[in-house]
Amino acid sequence: MVAEPHIQTTAKSFLTQQEKDAINHEVSLLPYKKAAVIEALKIVQQHRRWVSDDAVAAIAAYLDMSTAEVDSVATFYNLIFRKPVGRHIILLCDSISCYVMGYQKLYEAIQHELKIKFGETTKDKKFTLLPNACLGCCDHAPALMIDEDLYRDIEAEDVRNILETYT
Amino acid sequence: MIYERPLTQHIHINRQPLNLKEYEAKGGYAAVRKAVKEMTPQEVQKAVQDSNLKGRGGAGFNTGIKWSFVPMGSDAPHPKYLICNADEMEPGTFKDRLLLEGNPHQLLEGMILAAYAIQADISYVFLRWAYKKAAALIKQSIAEAYAAGYLGQNILNSGWSLDMHLHTGVGRYMCGEETALLNALEGKRATPRAKPPFPQVSGLFGKPSIVNNVETLCCIPHIINNGADWFKKLSFTEDAGTKLYGVSGKVKRPGVWELPMGTTMRELLEEHAGGMRNGLMMRGVLPGGASTDFLTPAHLDTRLDYQSVAIAGSRLGTGTMIVMDDATCPVGFVHNLQHFFAQESCGWCTPCREGLPWVEKILLSLEHGEGTQADIDMLQMHTQLLGPGNTFCALAPGAMEPLQSALKYFMEDFERHAHEKGCPYVHEAVASSEW
Ligand SMILES: Cc1cc2nc3c(=O)[nH]c(=O)nc-3n(C[C@H](O)[C@H](O)[C@H](O)COP(=O)(O)O)c2cc1C
Ligand code: SF4
Repeated sequence: MVAEPHIQTTAKSFLTQQEKDAINHEVSLLPYKKAAVIEALKIVQQHRRWVSDDAVAAIAAYLDMSTAEVDSVATFYNLIFRKPVGRHIILLCDSISCYVMGYQKLYEAIQHELKIKFGETTKDKKFTLLPNACLGCCDHAPALMIDEDLYRDIEAEDVRNILETYT
Repeated sequence: MIYERPLTQHIHINRQPLNLKEYEAKGGYAAVRKAVKEMTPQEVQKAVQDSNLKGRGGAGFNTGIKWSFVPMGSDAPHPKYLICNADEMEPGTFKDRLLLEGNPHQLLEGMILAAYAIQADISYVFLRWAYKKAAALIKQSIAEAYAAGYLGQNILNSGWSLDMHLHTGVGRYMCGEETALLNALEGKRATPRAKPPFPQVSGLFGKPSIVNNVETLCCIPHIINNGADWFKKLSFTEDAGTKLYGVSGKVKRPGVWELPMGTTMRELLEEHAGGMRNGLMMRGVLPGGASTDFLTPAHLDTRLDYQSVAIAGSRLGTGTMIVMDDATCPVGFVHNLQHFFAQESCGWCTPCREGLPWVEKILLSLEHGEGTQADIDMLQMHTQLLGPGNTFCALAPGAMEPLQSALKYFMEDFERHAHEKGCPYVHEAVASSEW
């Protein structure tokens, strides 16, 4: 007996009913299924925190697309995570106004506190640190976001206190 | 002298924005009532065209004329789309955030009017993911507008219907380019499209579409209420209206202000932003976001409108300026910009995909003391190779604007990096791309 390839089995059973309902709703607003792929990636990421190869295959099967096509979209957008991330995501703005105002000092302070560089996750899986293009609050630079929270006008000395509020 | 500031009159920092009832009490949605009851779509288009409103998203094209290319009448293709570009990702730009968070109903009213003018059926707010507060407010405001009958079927018994959706992005600067935005809304990679066909004729899902900036749309209710002549008189110069001007960098009071179009750079920097912080001097300014040419202290009396800034050798762009002080290294400054552009290039065309990382590396090698005079020549060459006409969209030429003007105004700094084998400025910590 030949086993069904791994990808196909997971594709059928991977998405939960809740995820499928949310994707169906998006599809209903659009002229064709494929157009919902970004929304589908967002939905899966919301439930699972990141988008695995199995998730890409499942979305592809669900929307009648090839996995390569889904992955080409998934890897284009920097806030679709194709690798596991920590419980909290730190987005440090490294664009021009924050550069002038010294975001580099914040980066040093975060590295010192968490022992991670851009693109890395702490050993306890608590934080992932990512560089981020302009957060749109340049009059309060330097700025960073942790999950949904925006922090503005921060000094290197504030970093520890901010990080301590996350569990 | 106190000038009118229609777009921000009801915006108070630290106070919740007006809800629908409060907005109506201040005269909100009167323009929608007036337009759908008393004006034809063509009359709305004409009023906006006559007002000489130019797009506030960067390119500065006459909004009414842009709308006039949308096919109208009974044989026009449907659905037609009206899209608000709220992607605001140009580094140094933070003006649309104020309008989105400060008065969401004003934006919705502008969108409904624009949609009426082109007889759109579906509208989207394309919002960048980082604006979480704006997302919640817009969602709430759309629901209120549906409940009040300003959205949905048969709006105010006019026979015209409009749906509105909020779409939040998942990153990438390119989503702000209007044809790339359409691809993103269709669930594709945000690469730009060839023009023609123009989006007005064949846009979202191949249907007629208009993409307008947040600030552009927020001007529309005021033009409909008060007329084209009133709008023109708000300005000091030929380019009509007010403008949201922003200042960031080491000034005393960074911020964003709505001022008459054509306010001078001197007034903005010295009066509103309070001048430079103690001990610092201004060396250069990017007047309209990261992809505009540097201006210098010699240009302080330039009026900040489309034409005057162009004559001075730059672009008004988004009208939000980034100030470079004399303690900041121009090479490091430009390197930070090129790092951004190289990372955000969509990779569609070769000069941009290959050229920008090359430019970034050369700048970094200059910062690290490994650069030579030949590298500076190479940078100079790239400003041509990646300039207008050689790439598929405006990202790469935009990236070259601050580089070419830095080479013009701050050449001695580039040369010192090469000759002294290192950066002569004090860097408090590591540069951005040492990781
Ligand atoms: C790379 C790139 C990014 C852009 N980003 C934005 C943006 O975030 N917001 C915006 O309104 N326009 C942006 N634009 C300009 C748009 O392409 C378009 O001109 C604008 O949305 C039209 O609106 P307007 O006519 O109201 O100005 C961008 C252009 C380019 C080339
Ligand atoms: S210029 Fe750059 S961003 Fe624009 S299409 Fe070419 S590669 Fe993409």
